[in-house]
Amino acid sequence: MSFAASAIRSLPGLAALAAGLMGLAILLSLFVAPEDADQGISQRIFYIHVPIALTAYFCFGLGAWKALLLLWRGDERYDLESYVAIHQGTIFGSLTLITGAIWAKASWGVWWTWDSNQLVLFLTLFLFYCAYFMLRFSLEEGARRARSSAVYALFGVVLIPISFLAIRLAEDFIHPTTFTREGPQMTGTMFTAFCVSWGAVTLLAYVLYRVELAGKRLQSDLRELREALQ
Amino acid sequence: MIRALGIEKRYGRRRVLTGIDVSLAPGEFLIVTGPNGSGKTTFLRILAGLVAPTRGTLQVDVDRAQLGFLGHEPLVYRELTALENLDLFGRLYRVPKRRERIGMLLERFGLWDARSERVVAYSRGMTQRLALCRALLHDPDLLVLDEPHSALDEEGVQLLDRELAELAGVKTIVVSTHDPARVERFATGRLALV
Amino acid sequence: MSYVADVAALTRKDLRVELRARDTLPAMLLFVLATLVVFHFALPEGTGDEAAYGLLWVAIVFTALLGLARAWVPEHEHGVLDGLVLAPCDRSAIWLGKTLATLAFLLAAQAFALPAFVFFFAPLDGTAIAGVLLADIGICAVGSLLAAMAAAGRARELLLPLLFLPLAIPLVVGGVGAAISPDAERYLLLLVLYDGVFAVLSWASFEYVVTES
Repeated sequence: MSFAASAIRSLPGLAALAAGLMGLAILLSLFVAPEDADQGISQRIFYIHVPIALTAYFCFGLGAWKALLLLWRGDERYDLESYVAIHQGTIFGSLTLITGAIWAKASWGVWWTWDSNQLVLFLTLFLFYCAYFMLRFSLEEGARRARSSAVYALFGVVLIPISFLAIRLAEDFIHPTTFTREGPQMTGTMFTAFCVSWGAVTLLAYVLYRVELAGKRLQSDLRELREALQ
Repeated sequence: MIRALGIEKRYGRRRVLTGIDVSLAPGEFLIVTGPNGSGKTTFLRILAGLVAPTRGTLQVDVDRAQLGFLGHEPLVYRELTALENLDLFGRLYRVPKRRERIGMLLERFGLWDARSERVVAYSRGMTQRLALCRALLHDPDLLVLDEPHSALDEEGVQLLDRELAELAGVKTIVVSTHDPARVERFATGRLALV
Repeated sequence: MSYVADVAALTRKDLRVELRARDTLPAMLLFVLATLVVFHFALPEGTGDEAAYGLLWVAIVFTALLGLARAWVPEHEHGVLDGLVLAPCDRSAIWLGKTLATLAFLLAAQAFALPAFVFFFAPLDGTAIAGVLLADIGICAVGSLLAAMAAAGRARELLLPLLFLPLAIPLVVGGVGAAISPDAERYLLLLVLYDGVFAVLSWASFEYVVTES
């Protein structure tokens, strides 16, 4: 049985689990966890915003790992896996920016603030990975595109800690810190809600990764069949 | 020396090469023919290791130091002189007795008088001759030449034919050409692309 | 060591080609000077020195991009890059030779730009200049690699800035910080870290950008 077919067979189970966990996470975040004393209801966005951010990092890391495998083992299958992982990472990265902006608006009344290191870092990464897609778009399919994309993906994952350091340092002269940091002290229930949420979003990302990967492989298998028949 | 099986090359939707099988022993001379766009250049670039085939296996028993390549383009710097170009490649290929070898090749191909002129001032024929010098500089065991006769004037063609006559049977040679009659007498194998 | 000899030969080649062609370096010089003049008009009355340092770094980054965009042009005329890639030398030597040459051009352009900046805008102390020098290394190391990547595709002039600018952000932070912060050492350390990590990464991965198998 081809890779694509066997992948889809195990997916429905995983997808159902992800859906279930997401439901539980929503329940816990919105109704069970206690309301934060300072920020009120808007704090609940934290339960979705931070897991999405962490998941985006996870996806970029996965993309970089697949990229490394491509360069190391020379197997072109890894190219698609790396691309899909980074694609998912970019989607979750955009969601991080959006949920972050909503939270900023709800907490501080502004849609954007340069004070949030997290948001600035994600903006940088978002620009970086958009350039990744521009790179792929400008190169013809083949070994050259796979290798260049892989190298750029590795640069991205190395950029994450270095950018983080740079942005931390830049606090000194860009703005004085006037807003309190994110990540409140968490009580037991809050912590549980957070963990469930984190697990749910990560699993959801993984399921989406597998679905997109299977879909793209099917597309490529189909195209090869068509070519062979011509 | 070369074993190619089922070589295919696709650029997106466009299929340039399909199912090429080639086997070449040391000392043999392969002629690759075909109309424009049939993939001769692509195939030679695959043999040289510049392009990866989409499908198929390729085994070449020489490493880069033993490969001499003449491409569709001359592969020499426009702003440098013939001497400077050959000196650079001579260093990169670790050619022993570099200066003597460069002098000898330039003389053989009639470029000695123009050796200190920049390539940008050369005619097409002279540039092609310099490209041949570059390909032969390190005395490679395997020569892959993409339409070497093109752009050469009458004298250049004779110089090239003399060179090929000396090398045929001694080195392994792959030549793609529009005009097979010219190199027919050396050929031990033929590959016709469509 | 033959690796060093290869790099030396390649760097020498790049310097020679530019000295003959004489198109990139003069353009960079004029560009950076013109940019500084534009900045004078762009900065409103009463803006502090600090804004000027920020703009200096914008000028440096975009001048570098101008130079980098042309870095591999000699290799793409007559397909010379294939010739270099086919040579038995280590492919990373090609990157290193190109990086060193580009660094030389950038430093030459800055040898004019920095005094002009001091003349027009604000003084530069030792740490500020150290910041510029350290950032130059990072810019050329990463930029040479990205320029080679971009050159293989369509729309290469558009692609290089897009690929490069996100990676330039830590360099700008380091450079500006070294110029205006009292705690400049931390910013210089950031630049050293960036240079170390990205230079090694570029050095190791260049081979994969210019070969297919």
